[in-house]
Amino acid sequence: MLNFLEKNLPKIVLAPTAVAMVVCMYGFIVWTGLLSLTKSRMMPQWDFVGLDQYSRLFSNPRWDVAVDNLFVFLILFIVIALVLGLLLAIFLDQKIRVEGAIRTIYLYPMAISFIVTGTAWKWILNPGLGIEKLMNDWGFAGFEFRWLVEQDMAIYCIVIAAIWQSSGFVMALFLAGLRGVDENLTKAAKMDGASTVRLYWHIILPLMRPVFFSAIVILTHIAIKSFDLVQALTGGGPGYASDLPANFMYTYTFNRSQIGIGAASAMIMLFGVLAVLIPYLYSELREKE
Amino acid sequence: MNKFNLTNINFGRAIIYFILFLFAFIYLAPLYVMFTTSLKDIEEIRSGNLMALPLDPTLYAWKKAWATACTGSECKGLAPYFWNSVRIVFPAVIISTILGAFNGYALAKWKFKGSEFLFGALLFGCFIPFQVILLPMAKLLGSLGLANTVTGLVLVHVIYGIAFTTLFFRNYYVGIPTELVKAAKLDGASFLKIFRHIFIPLSTPIFVVTIIWQFTQIWNDFLFGVVYSGSGTQPITVALNNLVNTSVGGKEYNVDMAAAIIAALPTLVVYVIAGKYFVRGLTAGAVKG
Repeated sequence: MLNFLEKNLPKIVLAPTAVAMVVCMYGFIVWTGLLSLTKSRMMPQWDFVGLDQYSRLFSNPRWDVAVDNLFVFLILFIVIALVLGLLLAIFLDQKIRVEGAIRTIYLYPMAISFIVTGTAWKWILNPGLGIEKLMNDWGFAGFEFRWLVEQDMAIYCIVIAAIWQSSGFVMALFLAGLRGVDENLTKAAKMDGASTVRLYWHIILPLMRPVFFSAIVILTHIAIKSFDLVQALTGGGPGYASDLPANFMYTYTFNRSQIGIGAASAMIMLFGVLAVLIPYLYSELREKE
Repeated sequence: MNKFNLTNINFGRAIIYFILFLFAFIYLAPLYVMFTTSLKDIEEIRSGNLMALPLDPTLYAWKKAWATACTGSECKGLAPYFWNSVRIVFPAVIISTILGAFNGYALAKWKFKGSEFLFGALLFGCFIPFQVILLPMAKLLGSLGLANTVTGLVLVHVIYGIAFTTLFFRNYYVGIPTELVKAAKLDGASFLKIFRHIFIPLSTPIFVVTIIWQFTQIWNDFLFGVVYSGSGTQPITVALNNLVNTSVGGKEYNVDMAAAIIAALPTLVVYVIAGKYFVRGLTAGAVKG
């Protein structure tokens, strides 16, 4: 008996985790998937209606807005954070004297929750007393900045706050990548008379491919989960103009008692993540082989 | 010619320093604004601007944010919710870290048929959008009698934190030579003995990284907090969001900012003290697998 225990101890140790994983991850995904095929509203019930909830979801203008916002947010957030992070990393990699201190400053927003970030930027961007008044006081009379309360512009406030929070992290990823570049390579290129710009564009950037890749995956992940930031910064408003899919899902599931539609929207979010993740994992595995 | 070149280089470096300092200023500005705003009274906020130093600093906003501000219908400040977060974070971090250490050890050094598959399946859990498990988890907590309790939140954080903690420990332990384990096995040492006498003494850095990562994640969580807590058990992020959105008798930006800093302080302190490990966790979480 004791021998059996000893022999199977690794499996016994892993068993609770395996059970929790099967039930609370995969089991729950299946549960939500099935629920999205029923006509549940207030309470889960198991009257299957096929893809009805999905067609209701796709014809819902609010979902349209949320998905459009996600694309705007994703593209701007990822592109700007990547460019900014890369440039700052390259500049920081030029044997800067106070590098440690600057790095610490660039990265601290990553330690803060999106709720705090949202609260801070809500105050900074507020139309009456925020940045607008600051610019007016500094002599730019008539300067207007009301994005936070404008239907078409509120989503860009979320982009700004998210970039502020995450670009330092992208910088750290690239800096680690740049530190891994073989010094002889850059020396040789310089001996050949390559200019600094050419050196970075033709030699170093291509070497950063894997960093680009993992940065994009992480930023996508942050973007899809940016529920908290929207909640704190705009509350999805004005109206529902700055909703993201995560906020749509929350509102329909917990405030509107439309859990069928909520489940359908959650499944679409999962498929979206998988669409990014599977090529990533695939290429990771291929590289290892 | 030579001299011209030299000034040219210096000019380039001056630009680099200028850009780096400019961005350091941009990253710090929100923190500066939060802090100075929290020390002003409401009159001064109306008459001054974001960047102005407080003329007559007062702790009024801090006292109110901590002890008497309204978060919804309750007016007890953030203090009770701060302690809720503490009561959630400590057990959740400790349990998920210990489980992760055992899991990682078993997965790295005691491979059995299917252990790689188990690891892959678990890894996936780092990526799923939690929206897809929100509703079934709420049902499960309800049927366990843990709805709206601190214990329930601890359970949720443990379950969805294990994927990360296991990943951290597994990747760290893979780097420890298997010969050590083999030799110890020949000497008749058991699974637990090898763990205690060989692996634990080598594990301090990964414990620090994992604990900091989990602490930051759970302290900053909003989604689980808002879905699974009830009045009286809300974590600080939820209370902060409620405080900002409760406007009894006019908006007090100074109180909002003091509250936001209070909510951010624990993770900021950890970041400042152990920034090196924080970055390591971020990049380890980034380069998954």
